[in-house]
Amino acid sequence: MDRGPSADEDKAVGRGVDGGLDEGGARGEDEDAVIATRALTKRFRGGQLAVDGLDLSVPAASVFGFLGPNGSGKTTTIRMLMGLIAPTSGAARVLGRPMPESARAVLPQVGALIEGPALYGFLSGRENLMRYDAADPTAEGRTRRARVGAALERVGLASAAGKKAKAYSLGMKQRLGLAAALLQPRRLLVLDEPTNGLDPQGMREIRSLVRELAAEGTTVFLSSHLLDEIEQVCTHAAVMAQGRLLTQGPVAELAARARGRLTVTTPDTADAARVLKEQGVGDLVTAGDRVSGEPPGRDLAEVNAALVAAGVRVRGFGLERGTLEDAFVALTGEGFDVAG
Amino acid sequence: MSRAEAPAAGTAPGRAPARRRPGGLLRSELLTTFRRWRTLALLGVLAAVPVLFGIAVKVETADGGSLGGGGGGGEEAGPAFISQVTNNGLFLVFTALAATLPFFLPMAVGVIAGDALAGEANAGTLRYLLVAPAGRTRLLLTKYATTLVFCLAATLVVALSALAVGAALFPMGELTTISGTRIGFGEGLERALLIALVVAASLVGVAAIGLFLSTLTSSGIAAMATTVGLLITVQILDQIPQLHAVQPYFFSHYWLSFADLMREPVYWDEITRNLGLQAVYAAVFGSAAWARFTTKDITA
Repeated sequence: MDRGPSADEDKAVGRGVDGGLDEGGARGEDEDAVIATRALTKRFRGGQLAVDGLDLSVPAASVFGFLGPNGSGKTTTIRMLMGLIAPTSGAARVLGRPMPESARAVLPQVGALIEGPALYGFLSGRENLMRYDAADPTAEGRTRRARVGAALERVGLASAAGKKAKAYSLGMKQRLGLAAALLQPRRLLVLDEPTNGLDPQGMREIRSLVRELAAEGTTVFLSSHLLDEIEQVCTHAAVMAQGRLLTQGPVAELAARARGRLTVTTPDTADAARVLKEQGVGDLVTAGDRVSGEPPGRDLAEVNAALVAAGVRVRGFGLERGTLEDAFVALTGEGFDVAG
Repeated sequence: MSRAEAPAAGTAPGRAPARRRPGGLLRSELLTTFRRWRTLALLGVLAAVPVLFGIAVKVETADGGSLGGGGGGGEEAGPAFISQVTNNGLFLVFTALAATLPFFLPMAVGVIAGDALAGEANAGTLRYLLVAPAGRTRLLLTKYATTLVFCLAATLVVALSALAVGAALFPMGELTTISGTRIGFGEGLERALLIALVVAASLVGVAAIGLFLSTLTSSGIAAMATTVGLLITVQILDQIPQLHAVQPYFFSHYWLSFADLMREPVYWDEITRNLGLQAVYAAVFGSAAWARFTTKDITA
């Protein structure tokens, strides 16, 4: 493998900066994007527009967070990428090949967890994996048992491998689903809500597994409605709402787009608020010993000097970094959990 | 058109070229199907039918008399064979097959075929098989092959159970054909096997219909119920004299023609017609299933 993760990373970040909100910027580089869609649209028979003109570009070796409220079209998009659903219009390329036409060439290199795990309850965990592996015509039968064992080991299910899957807890089922995605070395992992049903410890394990895989050069496409999760593991993210792509790019850049807030920590909150207002700080909020507001256009050093000159005792002064959640709220103008 | 069936033009870089083992999925499918409790229960019920028949005949004839009124002509092959059971246990095989073919056997096949894809869709396992990627045509063929194996297994279960019960309760030996000639026990066994194969082949049409219905829905129960409902409807329509013009096209119309294998010489006419009809049903509903399944949106 010549795909050095760090080198690709730099390139990807560079592209994101150039492209930003303008998807046109990414178009010329569709060839080395692991996932690239052009005006991808799905209208279901009922007339419901689930995905509307999606232009998505997932750079190689990224951990790409696919974000959006429940019902925003994430899963429909993933199903189109995996060849399970035919798009109404538009095109999708995965690993450089058109989907769903090239499904048989592309999918053996893709591990997927789609809308939660699905298992044969009357088979053991190991037998479930044996079956899914047998379904892949490129998987070697001779190495099947060993690969299944390694995948079980990797998700921490080795000791429960002989148990019937119906006796598994939701977290164990989720792990087994992940193991199925890891039966082969993959170039792309598509994980739809991988931490659903997991306890905090399980979530941490999944996150570290994702990082590990990304370090090996696997591109990870991770859908989630949990902003936290995306912010913690992803290098890139896209936000969907009501079937449309709102934005995509490197996570740091998306978060930066949300304007940070100026926060002053002081025992003299009333004086501080008055001075800050004079200095042009808007939307002032006082909470305990903290006063925060939207930073003014002028140099913050001057603001600080004015506070001190007015005799305000300043314990802390700084700009709080915007979070992805702020970015999302700024983009949609609404809370995150509103279904589209 | 199939959209999942573009030829695999390349393998992953850095991975050894794929060594194709075409039997991998079929083997897995057979194991999965025959390990299901429901499959075993169906086979168990089928195995029990000859036992009940054997015991009933034995009890009925315990006083040394023959089976009363059993030899009546108008009641198709079953009763014609049943009067012979006390003379030769081998006839229990023919009786049991004749008794299970109109309903028990096709119902069992309908359950397996109807559940084949709809059941996987219902459990959500279908999407994982397809992204594995099993390939839609490959998966459909595997499912049909497995259903056909079940047809054969179900028929053999009935036949072997009947043979065992027949051997245990009744004398075995030379037997008289429907034409009145005598054939040896060995040849009788051969005929029994041939009949079992023809009976299994008679189920090919139902299997194709069930599989097609299975591609239409994500509910295994719905597909099974529709298949079995269709089976009953056709059986009833086949009895209505006014419909005799269309009856030769019903998949069940020539089912009991297998009795002709017990004639000397064998009368092949209707058996051939039956097998041809099954092939037509398999082709028509197989194509319909393929057309549907390869273009279907998998949303379950």
